[in-house]
Amino acid sequence: MNVLLWVVYPYLAIAIMVGGLIWRYRYDKFGWTTRSSQLYESAVLRWGSPMFHFGILMVLIGHVGGLLVPKSWTEAVGITEHTYHLMAVFIGTVAGFCTLIGMAILIARRRLTGPVFAATTKNDKAMYAVLAAVIVIGLWSTLRANVVGDGYDYRETISPWFRSLFYLSPDPEIMAGVPVGFQIHIVSAFALFAFWPFTRLVHAFSAPVGYLTRPYVPYRSRDTRPGLRPARPGWEGPPTAPSAQHKPRRTRR
Amino acid sequence: MRVMAQMAMVMNLDKCIGCHTCSVTCKQAWTNRSGVEYVWFNNVESRPGQGYPRTYEDQQQWQGGWVRTRSGRLKPRSGGRVKKLFSIFANPKLPSMQDYYEPWTYDYEHLLTAPAGGDIPVARPKSLLTGADTKIRWSANWDDSLAGGNEIAAGDPVLRQVSDRVREEYENAFLFFLPRICEHCLNPSCAASCPSGAIYKRSEDGIVLVDQDRCRGWRMCVTGCPYKKVYFNHRTGKAEKCTFCFPRIEIGQPTICSETCVGRLRYLGLMLYDADAVAAAAAVKDEHDLYAAQRSVFLDPHDPAVVAAARQADIPDDWIEAAQRSPIWDLIMRYEVALPLHPEYRTMPMVWYIPPLSPVVDVLRDTGHDGEDMGNLFGAVDALRIPLEYLAGLFTAGDTAPVRAVLNRLAAMRAYQRRINLGEPRDESIAAAVGMTGAQMDDMYRLLAIAKYDERYVIPAAHAEDAHRLEQLGTECSLDYEGGPGMGGGGPYGQGPFGESSGTPAPIQVETFHMLRERQTSDSFTDPGDEPRRVNLLNWDGKGRPAGLFPPRRDTSTGGAGIDEPGVIDTDGSAR
Repeated sequence: MNVLLWVVYPYLAIAIMVGGLIWRYRYDKFGWTTRSSQLYESAVLRWGSPMFHFGILMVLIGHVGGLLVPKSWTEAVGITEHTYHLMAVFIGTVAGFCTLIGMAILIARRRLTGPVFAATTKNDKAMYAVLAAVIVIGLWSTLRANVVGDGYDYRETISPWFRSLFYLSPDPEIMAGVPVGFQIHIVSAFALFAFWPFTRLVHAFSAPVGYLTRPYVPYRSRDTRPGLRPARPGWEGPPTAPSAQHKPRRTRR
Repeated sequence: MRVMAQMAMVMNLDKCIGCHTCSVTCKQAWTNRSGVEYVWFNNVESRPGQGYPRTYEDQQQWQGGWVRTRSGRLKPRSGGRVKKLFSIFANPKLPSMQDYYEPWTYDYEHLLTAPAGGDIPVARPKSLLTGADTKIRWSANWDDSLAGGNEIAAGDPVLRQVSDRVREEYENAFLFFLPRICEHCLNPSCAASCPSGAIYKRSEDGIVLVDQDRCRGWRMCVTGCPYKKVYFNHRTGKAEKCTFCFPRIEIGQPTICSETCVGRLRYLGLMLYDADAVAAAAAVKDEHDLYAAQRSVFLDPHDPAVVAAARQADIPDDWIEAAQRSPIWDLIMRYEVALPLHPEYRTMPMVWYIPPLSPVVDVLRDTGHDGEDMGNLFGAVDALRIPLEYLAGLFTAGDTAPVRAVLNRLAAMRAYQRRINLGEPRDESIAAAVGMTGAQMDDMYRLLAIAKYDERYVIPAAHAEDAHRLEQLGTECSLDYEGGPGMGGGGPYGQGPFGESSGTPAPIQVETFHMLRERQTSDSFTDPGDEPRRVNLLNWDGKGRPAGLFPPRRDTSTGGAGIDEPGVIDTDGSAR
């Protein structure tokens, strides 16, 4: 059971996500979009959407820090477990509630605004259910461990297991003792990863960071299409005017 | 000097009768699909009026175009790259559907299914967004021909800019129509605003397009375009815009809006320009200098040095030759009667306008003066401040001098040609008064009044050798055939697994345009040497009987019909 849940299932989910993303990108570039509903309704979105998105970005950074950075590294630079824990719980709770409230606003808006609800597909609804489950269970487990209990150091158990997935030597035994809340959060998160490529969430993978460095106006050549006039070789054009011939030839760019 | 070619358009506003034929044919060709019901790539606005979307010219509100920073550089008015990325989750300056209008249809079904009763059944308006009953409050041309009067026209952002004194004279209502398409700017701020880099300027002909496969629906382009000519397809979640009918332009045909223009007021042609000079010209300090600055980036295609540089830039010879015959060059540079729309947005627009003289002529005629007399016209152009200042607000960032010069030239042409019409001797002094010669007057008159199809539309076809190796990159065709990805709902691609319009795109069929063109221009009904053939009913224009369309005819001796008569149904019901 442990092997199935903490080895086979995560690898399967990751495989589906990676394969799904590649397949979706090749098959459905046209459908790869945010499918924004701002045109229908803007006043509520202005509050809900930035709250949710900035919140979830902070949550993402927190997860990357907590799961991928080994405990020994942070302790090596002098951050004690207590300091780290305080910081993580405080920032994490703020970000988590930001995300949760933003999501609640967005889901309420989606249900209550006529045109937005009309544009919501079954796929969207399923995605919202999974996404909400992941966020709510994650936040709830964290709060329960820290408010009711005396904190849970996931960096001793979950983080090494998560990293072990990437070393290709997964260790399911560590996960057996993890509180049930975190276990459900992890299982549902991998369900979300597997579902990811087939939902509108794919837009997260097209975050336009290239915009910061590219020139403002892109130029592109026309693509090849059947039906355009073929080339007619052997004609170099009429002789150049004398005035132009005296000028030095410019090199071609 | 880096020579580039740009497909450009000039519209002669004196000839626009506001019939909206261009809008309707454009709509049929490009935006007759769900998701873009509210979209008009081409629209005709009444001036004064609020425009479409409402008050789009008020850049204080909508933040379109570029601004010049204190250091003399340009940045998008709605903010630079970092600010754009931070406002990506909710664009603060996106017009809402209500600023365009909520698209609707009518419940026609009810007319047929209503039970018999005392009342006449009514087809009630239904919103196309929700399907619910709706009340029609606004549309793309709600204030057409000054409908709604002062109340609506007073919201015109251009009218608000002109002086109060001018506004008080508003009782002398004047009206003209302004057809608008995408400006295909030399310095497009929509492309600059696109975080994904999906909007690009085609290097061969300068047409600005949205790559539908790269667009991710961030909606920044809608804000970035000061003309609000990039639209968001609310079903596919992608931006769409006027394509300058590139599949037609590529084979030398004019755009649909030009082809079907009843007043024949549109001109199409190439302009050569120096791409290296664009950035500096768009950033000149004084807004009044922008008109002259944009003219300064255009290159004279008759200049041998320019021709040599153009060849070096791989511009084909027939394109250079087309640039030399371009009516756009003549109207903008030789006769200097065309002006850009809102140069103060600093995007270097490439759809220019000949401002209308007719409001001035109308006022003269209505007050009993001779509307063709040069002296009267010159005086009236100056005295009638409304047209002058208002037109300057549209075309020259408020500088009345260029508008006055254009109107005077048009007035001089009227007076000069009337003398010829009446059999009086030519009066060179009229031409000289506006800095032209009589021969130039004749040429300009010919181009403006009687130019034929080939003179109005000088479009060199695209060359395959220009084409890039990026195959299938041209999925600019969100804009697709019936049942295609763009058609949303129905069809093999209409309902992909990821909702509206997912799935692989279908490429544009250029060859069908070729077939259509051959049929349109050939003298015979069907070309004889083309057997065996398949009959494409989409291209069949109803002329003649293409072989294969009907089953082979039975022996004529048994029937009664002649060989060239179409098949008729006899009284006994058997087909001949």
